[in-house]
Amino acid sequence: MNSGGTNARIGYIAFNTFREAVRDRVLYNLIAFALLLSGAAILVGEISIDIERLVVVNLGLTAVSLFGVVIAIFIGIGLVSKEIDKRTLYTVLSRPVRRWEFVVGKFFGLTGTLVVNTLLMAIGVFLALLYVAHTFEMMDVWVLVALYFIVLQFLIVCALALFFSSFSTPLMAALFTFALFVVGSLAEDLRGFARITQGLGGWLATGIAYLVPNFSTLNVISQVAHGDAVSGRLILYDSVYALLYSAMAVSGAVLIFQRRNLK
Amino acid sequence: MAAIEILDLEKSYLVGFWRKREKVALRPLRLTIEEGEVFGFLGPNGAGKTTTLKLLMGLVFPTAGTARILGMAMDDPRVKSQIGFLPEQPYFYDHLSARELLNYYGQLSGVPAKGRSARVEQMLARVGLSASAGVQLRKFSKGMLQRVGLAQAILHDPKLVFLDEPMSGLDPMGRREVRDLIQQLRHEGKTVFFSTHILSDAEALCDRVGVIHQGELRGVGAVAELTSGTQGKVEIIFCSQRVPAGLTGLGAEARISGDMVNAVLPEEQQDAALEVLRRERLKLISLTPVRSSLEEYYIQKLGPTGERAESRKGVGV
Repeated sequence: MNSGGTNARIGYIAFNTFREAVRDRVLYNLIAFALLLSGAAILVGEISIDIERLVVVNLGLTAVSLFGVVIAIFIGIGLVSKEIDKRTLYTVLSRPVRRWEFVVGKFFGLTGTLVVNTLLMAIGVFLALLYVAHTFEMMDVWVLVALYFIVLQFLIVCALALFFSSFSTPLMAALFTFALFVVGSLAEDLRGFARITQGLGGWLATGIAYLVPNFSTLNVISQVAHGDAVSGRLILYDSVYALLYSAMAVSGAVLIFQRRNLK
Repeated sequence: MAAIEILDLEKSYLVGFWRKREKVALRPLRLTIEEGEVFGFLGPNGAGKTTTLKLLMGLVFPTAGTARILGMAMDDPRVKSQIGFLPEQPYFYDHLSARELLNYYGQLSGVPAKGRSARVEQMLARVGLSASAGVQLRKFSKGMLQRVGLAQAILHDPKLVFLDEPMSGLDPMGRREVRDLIQQLRHEGKTVFFSTHILSDAEALCDRVGVIHQGELRGVGAVAELTSGTQGKVEIIFCSQRVPAGLTGLGAEARISGDMVNAVLPEEQQDAALEVLRRERLKLISLTPVRSSLEEYYIQKLGPTGERAESRKGVGV
C-alpha cells in the first residue's frame, strides 16, 4: 500500500462520512439556523438604532458556533463507536485499510461536513447583514476571519469527541467533550487565575489551563462585531495551535483504536 | 502451498468489571487449509468459529500464536487485497444503495477506476440484485443484505474467501444460491473457508471440515472419507405389517411404518435376512449399506454437552 493509496483511501472514507451525514439530514439544522437568523434580522431591523450590525454579527456567529459544536459532538462521538456497534467496520477493515487511515478519514469526513455547513451558514449571516445594513463594509472581512476561527474550533471539538469515544461510551464522550468545550472557552480566565495563584494550586491551575483547549483565543466574535481588526499574528498562532491540538487528539484516538479488539 | 496456516492461535478475554477473570474464547488452534480447498468450520453457537475468523481478519488480536495467509504473515497489509470476508449477519452502511456500497468497497480494495463500475454490475447480477441496485440498503431484507455481503466479499476477485455463516437468515432458495456460488468459487480455483452449523451445507460443499467446540478444535477430516464408511450395517426395507421373528433373531432393529418395515442389521447377517424374507414370501423394496454421516462425526466430536474433548490426539491437520 503506497502513500498515494493511503491518501485515496482516506479520501474515500471521508467522502462516505460526509455523504452519510448529508443523507442522515444533518444539514437540516440549516433550516433552524435560517429561521433564527432571518427572524432576528427582521426584529433587529425594527427595534435597533445603529447597532443592527453588532447584533446580527454577534447573534449570527454565536449561532454558527453553537450549531456546529453540537453537530461536532454528536456526530463525533459516534464516528467510530457506531461503526463498531453496527459492525460496518468489519467489512472495511478486512480490506487493505489501516486502522489509522479509517480514523483519519472519518475525522476529515466530519470536519468536511462542518466546513460545508459553516459555509452555508456564513452565506446566511452575510445576507442578514446585507438586510440590516443595506451594504457591505471593509470591516466585514473580519467576520470571515471569525468564521475561520469557528471552523478551527470545530476541528478541535471533532478531534476531542473522536478521542473520548475511542475509550468511553458515547454518553460519557459527549459529556467529556462538552465539558472541555465549556472549560476551554474560559481558558484565558483560567490562565489569569493560575498566574495569581501560589504554590501547588498555582502549578495545578497552570497545568490545567494549558492542557485544556484554548477556545477563548479562537473566539473573536465580539471583536469583529465591533468592527475591530484581527491581527495576522493571532491568525497564524491560532491556526498552528488548532492544527497541533486536533492532530494530537486524533493521534491519541488512533493509538487507542490501533490496539482495540472489535468484539 | 497452504492458503491458511494457523499456528497455535489463541484468544482469551478479561471479563468482569471489578474482579477481572479470564474467559478463553479460543484454545491454541493449529490448522492448515490448502489452496483451492473448500473448508467448513463447524461448531455450535459460541464455539469459537467467529473468534477464529476475527483473529484472521485482524479485527481482534491474538493472546498468543500467529497465522500465515497466502504465505504472508496475517498482519501483512498485502494480505487484505487478496482476501474477501463476509461477517456473520452483516450490516452495511444503510444510507448507501447496493451499487454505491460495492463501488465504495471497490475503491477501498484498490479495484481500478477503469472497469470498476462494470465489475460492480457484474457482482450485482451474480447475486441477483441488479433490479434493486439503486435502492438504499435500509430498505433491504435480511436475505438481500446477505447477498450484498457475498457480492462485497468477492468483488475484488480475492484468492481466498472467508464466509461466516453464509447461509444464515436465508430462505431455501437463497441457501441454494449461496451453495451454487461457493461451488462456482471452487471451480474458479478459490480457497473458501466458511463457518456454519448447518451440517447438510457442509456435507454438500466441503472438501474437509473441522469441528470446534468450546474454543477447542475437536477434529478435522475429509468429508468424502467421513461419509464413505459403511459402519458394517445394512438397511433392509420390505413390504409387511409385522417383523418376522427370524429377523429379530438376527439382531435387527426394526421399525414398522404403514405397510413397510425398515430393519437395520449387521452386514454379516445380510444373506440370512434375505433368506428369511424369501421364506416368508415378503417383497423386498431395498437393501443399502448404512453410511456414516457428517452428523454422526460432528456429534461424536462434540461429545456430551459440557464435556471437554478427552484428548486432541485425533486431530489431523
